[in-house]
Amino acid sequence: MQLSRRLFVRGSIALAALWAMPRALLAGAWPDKAFASSAASEAMTELFGADQATDSSAISLTAPEIAENGAVVPITVETTLENVQSVSIVVEKNPRPLAVSFEIPPGTLPDVACRIKMGQTSQVMAVVKTDSGLFSAAKEVKVTIGGCGG
Amino acid sequence: MASKIKVKVKLKGDVAEVKSLMLHPMETGARKDPDTGATIPAHHITELTFSNNGKTVMTVHCSTAVSRDPYFSFSFSGAKAGDTLAVRWVDNTGESDTVETVLG
Repeated sequence: MQLSRRLFVRGSIALAALWAMPRALLAGAWPDKAFASSAASEAMTELFGADQATDSSAISLTAPEIAENGAVVPITVETTLENVQSVSIVVEKNPRPLAVSFEIPPGTLPDVACRIKMGQTSQVMAVVKTDSGLFSAAKEVKVTIGGCGG
Repeated sequence: MASKIKVKVKLKGDVAEVKSLMLHPMETGARKDPDTGATIPAHHITELTFSNNGKTVMTVHCSTAVSRDPYFSFSFSGAKAGDTLAVRWVDNTGESDTVETVLG
């Protein structure tokens, strides 16, 4: 009983502290303009200030060749590049190409996975920002709509 | 309300592998209600933060293109048993959810 009360008090204090922390301190602001962009190059310019990234074999982008369900496409991005600051996933033909952006502080490994939606067959690009520039890797993912998984 | 975030952490030495799953509709704002034809307004997580003992180890900015009931995984170093990992998301309507787990 005593232990659970202590845990509860400790948890409440931690929550209150988290709540009170100014939003700006938690992380950079949500890049609304980049997310609202309807072209991949525009989104990249908004996010990084440049729309060109160097192709890099040090980035491994894992995505299914054929996604039977465009609503759930598992994507994994891993890289051996050093001093990674962020990893973003851009789906060229989505109405809003920038899908997700991971901010990677020092100490966190540049190895992330998530599941995204895709409207149609498209190039999926992983853009990795390091202290020496922008690097990318791309892969085409075919989206089959309906049918029996053909 | 009970938290709708599930988080699992596996410790390998000082590297923590974090897997988390949260329940959220992630509406794009482009879908229409099949019965009424009215557009369903966008409702999606915008920002997701993981912090270990108060230090941010990952921030994820999400668009509507993240799948419904999002799943994320990543790893960070410098973790040890007994650390507290907090996960918190905020969505575009101002709702939020948070959960804490103790590394072990």
